[in-house]
Amino acid sequence: MTPFTTLTSVAVPILRDNVDTDAIIPSREMKSTGRTGLAEGLFAPWRYSDVAARTPDPSFELNMPEAKGGQVILGGANFGCGSSREHAVWALVEYGIRCVIAESFAPIFRANCIRNGVLPITLPRADVDALAWQEITVDLPAQTVTAGDATHSFTIEDEPRTMLLEGLDVIDLTLKALPAIEAWTDADRTARPWVYLEKTA
Amino acid sequence: MTSTGPKTLFEKIWETHRIDTGTSGAGLVAIDRVFLHERTGAAALKSMAAAGRPVRDPARVFAVMDHIVDTRIGRGDGTLMEGGSAFITETRAAAKAAGITLFDVNDPDQGITHVISPELGIVLPGVTLVAPDSHTCTQGALGALAWGIGSSEAEHAMATGTLRIEKPKTMRVTFTGQLAAGVTAKDMALALIAAHGAGGGAGHAVEFAGEAVEALDIEARMTLCNMATEFSAMAGFIAPDAKTFEYLAGRRYAPANFDDPYWQTLSTDEGATFDTEIVIDAGSLAPMVSWGTSPQHSMPIDGAVPQGPERAHQYIDLAPGAAMLGTPIDVAFVGSCTNARLSDLRRAAALVKGHKVADTIKKAMVVPGSSSVKRAAEAEGLDTIFTEAGFEWRASGCSLCFFAGGERFPEGSRTISSTNRNFEGRQGPGIRTHIASPETVIASAVAGVIADPRELAKESAQ
Repeated sequence: MTPFTTLTSVAVPILRDNVDTDAIIPSREMKSTGRTGLAEGLFAPWRYSDVAARTPDPSFELNMPEAKGGQVILGGANFGCGSSREHAVWALVEYGIRCVIAESFAPIFRANCIRNGVLPITLPRADVDALAWQEITVDLPAQTVTAGDATHSFTIEDEPRTMLLEGLDVIDLTLKALPAIEAWTDADRTARPWVYLEKTA
Repeated sequence: MTSTGPKTLFEKIWETHRIDTGTSGAGLVAIDRVFLHERTGAAALKSMAAAGRPVRDPARVFAVMDHIVDTRIGRGDGTLMEGGSAFITETRAAAKAAGITLFDVNDPDQGITHVISPELGIVLPGVTLVAPDSHTCTQGALGALAWGIGSSEAEHAMATGTLRIEKPKTMRVTFTGQLAAGVTAKDMALALIAAHGAGGGAGHAVEFAGEAVEALDIEARMTLCNMATEFSAMAGFIAPDAKTFEYLAGRRYAPANFDDPYWQTLSTDEGATFDTEIVIDAGSLAPMVSWGTSPQHSMPIDGAVPQGPERAHQYIDLAPGAAMLGTPIDVAFVGSCTNARLSDLRRAAALVKGHKVADTIKKAMVVPGSSSVKRAAEAEGLDTIFTEAGFEWRASGCSLCFFAGGERFPEGSRTISSTNRNFEGRQGPGIRTHIASPETVIASAVAGVIADPRELAKESAQ
């Protein structure tokens, strides 16, 4: 996973509430069992006036000239709600988005962001609105978002912060604790035997 | 850290599963069960194989074909969705290679993940169960902590038997009183989300409680918990009671009995406190229907469309102030992990018996939640009641709940659907979805317009 430290980019506003993962990547755009080939389907229903022909809709923010090269998008409340499809985040990453700043996030989407090196930042709605189309600098070590003279601090839990900063493979990290996991499992087999199943072919 | 004093059910399950690794950071929580489906299962298993990571305990990992699988009778691996077969064949190969249990396309136990897991006793009270599917929270109805995750998290759970997660806050939603006739668990869920927002449960594990919840049968409890994710809650669950233990005892993967004193500890202690409490008078609820493009855009069926975001009104083509009753519909669907269990189909069949789907309806379908539900419904003759009324009777799968089943309708078509999401395009480009109870779907299919199920019930009773 690519580590995240700082990022300077235009902030592209998609300031709607309850942007769902069906809108971010519709099911019909998830055409293979892999994690790639998804950028073209990103926001397909909104991004294209004719989805089949891939005709860009000029009124959609990501298609506006000033959005070019943007790596940050802004969202409203409950961003990423709905389906747990990680494809939503894979599509964002493939398109080049590294940070989403929103009033609030749906929990599965937020966890998926962190697992894929995308920084989810929660700020009050007025602050999010004020960042629209601004050239902003996101500084994860300092936990700030700066736009011109305005600096907004954000909070993020310690572990996601470390994972993003270091680009850690979290499974490797957990496997280091395997002795503790195995000891726990051994004790649990006695306490809750019904949890453990015999494989029946 | 183990707290003393009265505890919530969530805290008890959390503490049972917390693994102390001697380091700080997010909680390492043991995962008892993992469920996969063909939409995301192959991706997760292939990615693990590529990284050289085995599934730590394959006996506790299950997979099923439900999302893309065709629901037409006589199906094989072929799908209406272009390229869909690859998801099925690759999931089958990956499941076999990983040594996990697979319920394949025409396995007698095939069905929607959240329908078959309780049927087979895979989910149990007090366990942690995760799946890369947001509606995993459905299974909290059995008293489990069950929640949806992404594919990467599923790999983590399978490779390590754990997840690293921050402890959520706790919420209790209490439904007092009794539901009126014609009002269902689906209406309870929609009323909660309409009142408190699609983000109302964010950051919380939600326990549903109160007289009206205790009165629900197990299958209706699943309907209520199903929509916890539409509330943005991490999980929704209900403390197990005698009904829960009776439902599960002796099922294939469940204990023969629940005599162990442990099971009686799985409830919130008197005096335990929650971070957030919501109380709703169940007796005041009416049948609900969604008017817009988020489940929070839901309203009592006999009301007027409220003012919402302009975009939602435009997409759904209903202005503020419009009456919902009488809105013409094109498609009627009874199915999904929300409302396709045997009890749902029994209530729907009882209501439609002796009636016909209106001529103006272009498609009316009933898709059972599992192959076992299908067989049981057929044994009772429910399939005949539906087909005589003009509904198609299908094999089990997620079907029209989302578009990946591949069945399409013209843009602008309006559906009444017993599913859980009315997002823009969820059921296909330009489709306008109204979510409601199976009863409301039936009443509307018969009328050809959105209709109050209480009126049809009165008519049928005469």
